[in-house]
Amino acid sequence: MNREEKKSVKVLKFIVALLIAIYVLLPFYLLIINACKAPMAITESPVSAAGASLSQLIQNLKDVINNVHFEFWYAFGSSVVITVVSLVLLALFGSMAAWVICRNKTKWSTAIYFIFIASMIIPFQAVMLALISTFRDAGNFIGIPMLRSIPGTIFAYCGFGGAMTVFILVGFIKGIPYELEEAASIDGCSPEAVFFRIIFPLLKPVIVTVTILNGMWIWNDYLLPSLLLGSSSEVKTLPVAIQSFVGSFVVQWNLILAAALLTVTPMVIIFLFAQKQIIAGMVDGAIK
Amino acid sequence: MSGNSSKKILAPILLVVGVVSFIAALVIDFMELGYEFRGSLLIIGILGILLGLFTLPTEKYHRNIVNFVFLFPLLFTFGVTVIIPLILGIGYSFTDWDGIMVGNFVGFDNYVKAFQQPSFLYSILLTALFVVINMILVNLVAFLLALLCSSKMKGVGFFRATYFLPNLIGGIVLGYIWQFAFSKALLGLTEKLFDLNYSILSETKFAFWCIIIVYIWQYAGYIMLIYITGLNTVPREVLEASAIDGANAWSTLFQIKIPMIASTITICTFLTLTNAFKMFDVNLSLTGGNGSVQNFMGGSLTNGTEMLALNIYSTAINKNNYALGQAKAVLFFIILAVVSIVQVRVSNKKEVEM
Repeated sequence: MNREEKKSVKVLKFIVALLIAIYVLLPFYLLIINACKAPMAITESPVSAAGASLSQLIQNLKDVINNVHFEFWYAFGSSVVITVVSLVLLALFGSMAAWVICRNKTKWSTAIYFIFIASMIIPFQAVMLALISTFRDAGNFIGIPMLRSIPGTIFAYCGFGGAMTVFILVGFIKGIPYELEEAASIDGCSPEAVFFRIIFPLLKPVIVTVTILNGMWIWNDYLLPSLLLGSSSEVKTLPVAIQSFVGSFVVQWNLILAAALLTVTPMVIIFLFAQKQIIAGMVDGAIK
Repeated sequence: MSGNSSKKILAPILLVVGVVSFIAALVIDFMELGYEFRGSLLIIGILGILLGLFTLPTEKYHRNIVNFVFLFPLLFTFGVTVIIPLILGIGYSFTDWDGIMVGNFVGFDNYVKAFQQPSFLYSILLTALFVVINMILVNLVAFLLALLCSSKMKGVGFFRATYFLPNLIGGIVLGYIWQFAFSKALLGLTEKLFDLNYSILSETKFAFWCIIIVYIWQYAGYIMLIYITGLNTVPREVLEASAIDGANAWSTLFQIKIPMIASTITICTFLTLTNAFKMFDVNLSLTGGNGSVQNFMGGSLTNGTEMLALNIYSTAINKNNYALGQAKAVLFFIILAVVSIVQVRVSNKKEVEM
């Protein structure tokens, strides 16, 4: 191949990549321009930017944020609390459990590990119906509401995220030399100090990975919160809120798209800032 | 050690407080006295017992206690949210459970009923078709994108990030954005292409392909990233050697690159397979499972785009038939388990052959 040809292949590749990128971004374009329109302007020309204005966007956002079915700030706050607390607990409990499983080669720890791995194949649908009744009964029994409550939802995420978190963490802890721990315990370090002072700080990169994987899942999850919180209840996450908002009245696309824009924006902003970590985390999680 | 003497006093106190409040809470629970504070009492009890055990001044058992305390939180939540509902759920599928009370044991009635429902059988077939088409197309598209994005090119980082972007967004929101695209923005185009005067989402045949298009759009970028990582592990020396031997682009691709990333292909097929099987959000928000089917097993159906996961959901939640929904869910679990085990076996064999 001579130079001329090579260059033209490169240009061709670039054009193809650019066209695909435009295709991928097209729905986002439609989302943004139509969130800036009044209903009439959408009917007239849904594809072009004609009729889109910033003042209309602000108007739409105001309507959406104050809507009783959406209650953006409330749903956003619940989503943030549920996601953040679940992620912190999963990282802490997950690494504690993974460390015990990894460093104790007993029948028990092997059995627990096996059950964790085997459980990853269980689809949520197989447990979701009995989960509602279990949570209802357990809540009534112990006097702490588990349904329609934020703590109950966090509890469920710790349970469902546990298996994958432990699986990824065990794979990482296996690679940490055991001599490190032996040396520390000979120096008089207690087991819990060994874990918190030596092992836990070493887990930082893999905790970033599991946090990204779990975070993407929990933030976007619809089915679990919709079942545990109830679609019309006072506690709701963003995906539940947008679903109940859409179902609440005759289709008004400008408002639906404004709500969608509000839901999408936080994730996109986080992605812009932590692009490298997110991409690396998603890939690492899949390969392990 | 100075800490030991304080531990000697602290540990028994914590243990006693823990055990007493734990038992008191349980007594209130079982006697159904209904005091509001019983929940906090129970939590104090469990925390007291765990902390008491933890501070117990024993050299001999300390390691075992730490193991127990460290494992407890995750195992407890896991047991309550996964294991107990799974066992109960399988049990409920053999009864006339209505979501709250269990009445009678009915044997395999729910399973028989499920298989007698044309709409359920239709969902199984549709899901199988979706999974197969989706698995092939997502992997193909993702692999081509990976080839494109692993070559040296201007702005390659931007393209990778852009292709991955849809994966960040939850299926519910995605479904609505695309519903708008199909039923409003693309209306003019599809009117000309297919000679329809309404949204293509209302036409069952087309709506099925719309779901596939949306799913590829959402998922291919993610699978592409995994393929790129796989392609990067192919040693440069091997590629250079083959170039010197006169291999062209095609034979490099088929005889070197693809065999060398066999394990990546296994991972990606597994991911696309299981995720397509469990697809729910996009299905719910894009078409809601609606769509008319004129002639299926001698009758007409209205759930023309309803996949298995959505069928289970609507059976239990919308039609309020929990026992039947649970039986379908158990079947769903069995199908998924068998398919994924077979897939892993087959690809492992293939990997060895390559």
